[in-house]
Formats: sequence, C-alpha cells, structure tokens
Amino acid sequence: MINCLKLNSSPHARRDSNIRAIMQQVLFALCPATLFGVCVYGWSALFLFIITVTAAVIFEAWCLQLAGKAVKTSLQDYSAVLTGWLIAMTLPPYAPWWIGVVGAGLAIVVGKHVYGGLGQNLFNPAMLARVGLLIAFPMEMTTWVESQTLFSQALPSFSESLRITFIGMDNIDAVSGATLLGHVKTELSQNHLLPHSLDGLFNIPDAWLGLMRGSLGEGSLFLLTMGGFWLLHKGILRWYIPVSLLGTVFILAMLFSVYDSSHYLSPMLHLGSGGLILAAFFIATDYVTSPNTPVGQIIFGIGCGVLIFVIRTWGAYPEGAGFAVLLMNSVTPLLDHYIRPRIYGRDNKGKPLEVVD
Amino acid sequence: MIVLSAIVSLTLLGLILGLLLGIAAKYLKVESNPLVDELEALLPGSQCGQCGFPGCRLAAEALAQDNAPATLCPPGGSALAKKIALLLGINLDLSDVSEPELLVAKINEDDCTGCTRCFKVCPTDAIVGAPKQIHAVVADACIACQKCIAVCPTECLQMQPVEVTLRNWHWAKPARVNASEAIC
Amino acid sequence: MLSFFKPPAIRGGVHATEHKEATANSPIVSDFPLPCKLYLPLQQHVGKPAEPLIKVGDQVLKGQLLAYSQGLVSAPIHAPTSGLIIDVNDYPAPHPSALPIRTIVLATDGKEQWQKKTLVVDPFALEPEEISLRVGAAGIVGLGGATFPSAVKLTQGRRNKVHTLLINGGECEPYLTCDDRLMQERPKQVIDGIRVMLHGLGAAQAIVAIEDNKELAFIAMQAAAQSYPNISVIQVPTRYPMGWDRQLIRYITSKEVPAESRSTDVGVTMHNVGTAYAVHRALRASQPLISKVVTVAGGAVGKPMNVELLIGTLISEVLAFCEVDSEKTARLVMGGPMMGEALPHSAVPVVKGSSGILALTATEIKSTVEQACIRCGSCVNACPAGLLPLEMMSRIRNNQLEAAVGFGLKDCISCGSCSYVCPSNIPLVHYFKYASGELITRQQAQHKTEQTKRLMQDRQARLERIKKQQEEEMRQMQLAKQQREQAKAQAEAIS
Repeated sequence: MINCLKLNSSPHARRDSNIRAIMQQVLFALCPATLFGVCVYGWSALFLFIITVTAAVIFEAWCLQLAGKAVKTSLQDYSAVLTGWLIAMTLPPYAPWWIGVVGAGLAIVVGKHVYGGLGQNLFNPAMLARVGLLIAFPMEMTTWVESQTLFSQALPSFSESLRITFIGMDNIDAVSGATLLGHVKTELSQNHLLPHSLDGLFNIPDAWLGLMRGSLGEGSLFLLTMGGFWLLHKGILRWYIPVSLLGTVFILAMLFSVYDSSHYLSPMLHLGSGGLILAAFFIATDYVTSPNTPVGQIIFGIGCGVLIFVIRTWGAYPEGAGFAVLLMNSVTPLLDHYIRPRIYGRDNKGKPLEVVD
Repeated sequence: MIVLSAIVSLTLLGLILGLLLGIAAKYLKVESNPLVDELEALLPGSQCGQCGFPGCRLAAEALAQDNAPATLCPPGGSALAKKIALLLGINLDLSDVSEPELLVAKINEDDCTGCTRCFKVCPTDAIVGAPKQIHAVVADACIACQKCIAVCPTECLQMQPVEVTLRNWHWAKPARVNASEAIC
Repeated sequence: MLSFFKPPAIRGGVHATEHKEATANSPIVSDFPLPCKLYLPLQQHVGKPAEPLIKVGDQVLKGQLLAYSQGLVSAPIHAPTSGLIIDVNDYPAPHPSALPIRTIVLATDGKEQWQKKTLVVDPFALEPEEISLRVGAAGIVGLGGATFPSAVKLTQGRRNKVHTLLINGGECEPYLTCDDRLMQERPKQVIDGIRVMLHGLGAAQAIVAIEDNKELAFIAMQAAAQSYPNISVIQVPTRYPMGWDRQLIRYITSKEVPAESRSTDVGVTMHNVGTAYAVHRALRASQPLISKVVTVAGGAVGKPMNVELLIGTLISEVLAFCEVDSEKTARLVMGGPMMGEALPHSAVPVVKGSSGILALTATEIKSTVEQACIRCGSCVNACPAGLLPLEMMSRIRNNQLEAAVGFGLKDCISCGSCSYVCPSNIPLVHYFKYASGELITRQQAQHKTEQTKRLMQDRQARLERIKKQQEEEMRQMQLAKQQREQAKAQAEAIS
C-alpha cells in the first residue's frame, strides 16, 4: 500500500519552461548582433560590455543578499545578465568604464530591487539606466565614434583600447562624430535641409549592415532583426508590440516625409537608426513592464511609436526610444486595469450574455 | 516694489483663507458621531465577551475611539474584521492573522445530570434538553461565549474546535517558501 | 479580413504531452481478480448522499439496490457483486483530505450471483420520462468525472426541449485512454446508448465529438453510426481542455453558453461516451452501474493498462495488479493529471467518478521551487475562460479575495492550463481553489453571525413572553385574592 504522500493541488504536470530558459533564449538572440558590434568597434567595446554585465551581476548579488533572498538560485535566472547586456547595447562603445558601472547600479538597484525585485518593477531597468546616464553625463553619453569594417587596422589596438576604456579617450574630436539622428537635428537647426545634409554620410544599406555610428544596439540591424524573429518563432515574444511600435513609427514617418521630405526623415531611415529595432524587439517587449493582454500590448506599442517619433522630430533630444518606453511603462498599470480579456459567457463589462436560442 | 507687493498680497491671502477656515471649523462642524451605532450593528450582539469587553456596545465604542483592533471579534472572523476596517477607514493587514479557530461547546453525555443550568444561560438557545434529561449542544447555533461552561456543576461541557468534514474542507493557502530556505 | 476580428473558435488551452501510447493500443482487461472486500461510499455523485436500506449481516445479490437516492439530485448505490454486508460506517474517502465518509463494506462470496433481472423491454417503446426513471434507478452519473446524476440531466434536457445531444468523446486529459478504448472496442453499444438518450430527450440529433488524436476510435464510431442519419461523428482538434463542455459547445455550434446559465439554454446538452455506454447496459440488459473502465498509467506503473473494475475495489489492490513501484511513486492521482486530485494513500476505493489512477514519478510532475511572477502573460494566453490568472493570484496572495473575484475567480473551471504553462512554477490553481473555499467559509460565517442575532432576538422574545405570562398570572392571583377578601368582608358585614 502506498501511504503518506505529500499532497498538492492539481495540476500534476507542467511543461518544460522556466525563467532561466527564457532569459537564455533572449541572450542567444542578442549574441550575433553583440558579437558583430564588438568586432566593428574593437576591444574597448568588449571591455565596456564585460564591465557592465559583471557590475550588473555583482549589484544583483548584493541586493539579493540585503533582501535576505537566496543569492545563488536567484542569480541563476540570468535576469541581471540580461539587464546588464541590454544596458551595454545602448552605451557608446568607447565610454569610460564607470559609465557602465553607474548604469548597471542604476538599473539593478534603483530600477529593480528598490521596487521589490524580479517582477515588481514599474520601469524598464535598462532604459531607466540609460536615461539616467544621459541626463547626468551628457558628454560621455553622446560621444559616438565611427565604426570600422571588421577587424580593420584602423581599430585601436589592445593596449590602446585599455587606455580608452579605463583612462579616457584623447584626441576625441579626431574620431568622434554624431549619429544619424544627431546629425539631422543639428543640420535642420542650421537650416540645412534633407536629403542633402545626409549626402555621403548616412544611407540605408550601411544602417542595416551595421556600418553607421552608434551604440552596439544600433549596429547590425539585420542581425538584430534575425534575433527578434528567432524569439517570435520560439514563442517568447508575441508580435503585438514589435509590429505596432515599428508600424506606428513607419506610418508617421511616411506621412510626414511625403508631406515635406526636406524637413522629415524618410521612414526607412527612421527604422534604421537610434536603436529602434533593439527597442522594438528587446526592450519594449520586457514582460514585467508591458501589458498582459494583446489589445493592451498593441496600444502600448502604438504609444511608444508615437512618442518616439514626436521626441525625435520635435523634442530636444535626438533619440527618443528610452524616454518613450519609460513613459509608456508608467501607463502600463492603467492599460492593465482597463483592458481585460472578455470572459467566456460574459460581455466586455462582465455581465452574463443574453440567452439566445 | 514688486517684492513688497508680493509679500503683502500673499500675507493677506493667507490671513483671509485662515479666517475662512476658522469660521468653517466653528459653524460647519459635523456634530455627533453615529459611528458607534453603525459598528454595533455590525457586531453579532451576543455579548459573549470574547473580545475582552463586557458587551458589544462597549466594544463598538472602543473601536470608534481606536482603543481596540478591528480583529477583536473571533465569532465574526476576518469577514467582520474587514467590514469594521472599511467602516473605520483603516488599512487592515490580515496576511499574518489566520482565521481564529472556531470553537463550539460539547457536552460529555456520561457526566451530564440534566440540571438545566446551562440552557438557561445560553444566549442563542443552542442547548437543547429537558430537566433530568441529557442535554446536547446544537453546534450551528453555538457562538463559543463559554457561559455554559462557567455554570456547569459536573464540568461535562468542553470547548472543541469545529469538526472538519468533507463538506467544509478546502485547500489551505499555498505556503510561500522563503527563498533563503529553499533547497535548490 | 473580417475573420481576423472574429473570436478564435478555440480559445486558450495548452498542447499537453499526451503520454497515451502506453495504454491506447491494448484492449480493455476484463479479468481483474474479484476483490475480497468492496467499499462503497454512499456519496459518489453530486447531490445528497444515498440512504442505505440494508443492514449489517444482510446477504445481497449482484445488482441489488443497497442505498436509495434522497431527493431530486441524488443517485442510488447497487451491489457490484453478491456477498455479505459486513459494515456500514465511516471510512476514508477517495479525496485529498481522506476524511471519513459513510461507506457500505461488502465481503464478496465469489459466486457473482445476479439478482433476478426484470424483463428487457424495447427502450424505444417506453415513454421518454420512463427512460429518465430507469437511468436514475440504475445509479448512472456523469462518467466523465463530474458525477452529476444523468437522470436529472436528461429530464432537464427534455423539459428545456434541447435539439442537440453532444457526446463528449474528447478525453483531452493526458494519460487517460479509457474512453478511447471503449469507443474502439464497443462502438455499437455506445451508439445504442446514444440512441436511447436521444429518445429520452426528444432531441433531433446527436453529435459525437472525438479529438483527432484518436483515429481508430473515430473510424469505429463512424462505422457504428452509419445507419443512423441523426447521429454524426466528427473530429475536433486535440487541445486541452477541448473536453470542457462550454468550449466544445462553442466550437461545434458557434454559440456561447452565457455565464450563470446552463447549456440547455442554448438548446444543447452534453454527456460522456462512458455514460452513453452505461445507459445502454441499463436499458437493454437491466444492469445498474456497478463497474467502470479505468486507465491505470504513470511512470511508476509496471503494467499500464485499461481495466474494467468493480466499483468499490480498493486502489491498493489495483496498484498491486498493475505492478506499481511504490518507491518511484511521487504522487498518486485519481483522474487525469490536469484536473485529477492527489490521494494521500491508496487505501481508498474506486468510485463512479474514477476515470483514471495515475502513479506519477517526480520527473513527470516536474515540480520545482516557486519563483517570482515575471508577468510574462503565458497564463493569460492559456486560460480558456478568458481570465487573468496572474492578477487573481497576486490579489489572493495579499488576502484581497474580493478583488480576485473581480478578475473572474467565480468563472474559473480549475482546468490547470495556467499552472501548466507558468515558467515560475507558481501553483495558480491551488490559489484559486483556496480562495473559492475560503470565500464560501466566510459566507457561512456571515450567515452564522446573522443567525446568531436572530437566535438571540428569539430568545429575548421568549423570555419576555414568559415574563408577561407570569405577570399576568400574578395579576389574576391578586385579583382573585381581592375578590375573595371582598366576598369575605361582605359575608362578615351581613352576618
């Protein structure tokens, strides 16, 4: 006779899924683009990346210990690694090492654990860090360098890279420049109209191949898009947010550029710059800070898209994805409160349906 | 000149508004507090004394003056505590408070002499039985005030927890294992 | 384009790993050895428990009525075999709590002597009401696991003039294959039972729905139903919980059953294939419900099989017959793994609602440490009823049960799809069951408070009545005394 079995409620079966597996898939999807970014920016980018991710993990361990939670098991869910990785993707590749550390600290400590830990944060930690850094250290956060072809000689050597990351860049002006969006904004303010202001400097194929100036996340859009499609295929993402976000930006850009192409960037250039693809697939789709329901997610994506376009076109900052995502994150609880699925047998207000014969 | 006019105008504004507030506090004051009556209506009214107060009216008065916690009434359970908290407008954290164990009186039939002292004092007539006959407690009506136990000469009355049967069993709240205690 | 906006025909649900290969291809085993004792709980159905009309020491025959149904929603109990009644007492119920339930214990004598059977009449010559009566007298309840008395359901269906009888051959739970084998091996009997039920309901047509992972069952049933144009056999997609009656009704008829209403309100009623088979046995062979086909499966079972068992057989004996390794058994489940209940021990009997006995290993359960909710929304996608499990769970955790009701707790069918997909291993269904039970308990406490007030007022009124009566008597006595004194004074004055 079988006796004294531990009792649990139904169900007594589960599918093979856990938080770590999900995070690992996302990291896997980010790998190609990250690798490519490191290869076109050189060792400095790699050092900054490693420092940021390591700092994120250390801060996470510290916060978990302060909170009295199991450090080892919680670290193994890779959520801190993912946050650090995403921050690194949005930093200028030649930024000094302390930018990475401060960013990781802001994201993990303020953006995540102050709210209660995994699953409790209101704002996307990586975007919180990015915006915080942008406002506090505008100089370091807007110094962009030219990307080089893979493994080119023009890339700084190992020892030079160490210098760049840990001591600082000398001769900054010789190598730095503006990103596409920054350039356009400056030119328009000086009344140099599109599309001529872009001549010879920026074009669409370069953007998609990762040869435009920017952060690691603004690098090879082709690889990032592949990563996004991988996540869609695996069922980790659903199409609502990426499609609505990108679609909104595209449509708005199309409308405005058709209306006046000398003042408004073309849609394809919008899509190809400022980390929009990264935001659409990896940042705005963060589980914790996006709505639960399909309709809610579509509204979230549209909201993000509108805000991104507005900030880029008329705002003071050239890049709007970080601000837009944070603003829409604050609206997520509202969306979750009002937009609920319709329960079987009830109408949208929750009243039972009428009996129809 | 501008600074002076700013100081004067803001001071005047403050004085006028303060005056208005004072007038309102005197003439628009809300008079008696009907709260005690409403609280008393919520309580069961059996004057059993389990809350520590000699009667439900006094317990209601103590609640209104914030001298007693909202969870003071065991027979009312957490449902009553919530209602009291709602009426008083206080935040109630019931996460650490488990449902009070409901007790009912039970007569040990071997020792009962049929003296009828218990059913005379029972406030809800939960004890049935005639003189010189063995008495029994109707568990559904018993509110655990323990008055019967106080008067029983043979001590055949005892308090016991309500019996759990298939009818009233349900799953307990899943325990959240403290992550630092988790074995992994 | 418009179809994009139409609600999907099947909502939510999960593709659970089926685990049916071990038992789907072997025939039903009918030679389970006769147990020495059978334990028959008096309540194996929804409604009032049956009341015994035998007593300890009675000799009973196979199929004899042992306990009669009480009230409208109830079902009788019959003797699964001949023998001696040795006890009518409290024994552990086949329930997670294993709390006692009143049980008849029958010691079998091995003779398998049937009671004298009534003449078998043509069911189609009977009045429809008579069919309900006979189904009720045979003790037939919903054999899909819900155990609602089938006679009551048939009567309800007839009164509401349903036009379609749906037969649930879905068997969407993993591991279970008893309905599958029943349809493969005894399709003619099942179809006959359906025809009898159609006559009892007065319905125009019957639709048998079989999940598309049961090809052979589909072919067998289709062949058996060929000569009856009003019975159609269709395939439905395999997706748990396709067998949920409301999901199936929406898929087949495109009508939604409104909340707080019954399926008869949309002209449909649903019964399980096992119930149809039992109806056939009852109406054609005058056999009451005394045995059931049960799937015994799971990683710890040495010989998984579908076996026809007498009601009241102890599960420990069944497990011994199927060579279950008790070391490997991490959990014993009665029913399927998604909605079946865990049992604390195996000294409990098989009852009418037992469709499966599973001995699951730890690898099959895959229970790991519960982690934080990452708000991934998988549970929202999986819920077939359209609820928000993550919101309900977080409210229940913080003791805000009424808020959880606001998110749809009362519409939860405990199908387990949400817990199945949760990557953080949160026991969502456990939370919902706790909350539902707790709300009922609080409601009962509320009633008790109101009842207490009433009882106290009654007592006060009684005491006042007594007091008034005493005062009245006192007054009468005084009056009488006064009159006596007056009379005496008068008498003295005269004399």
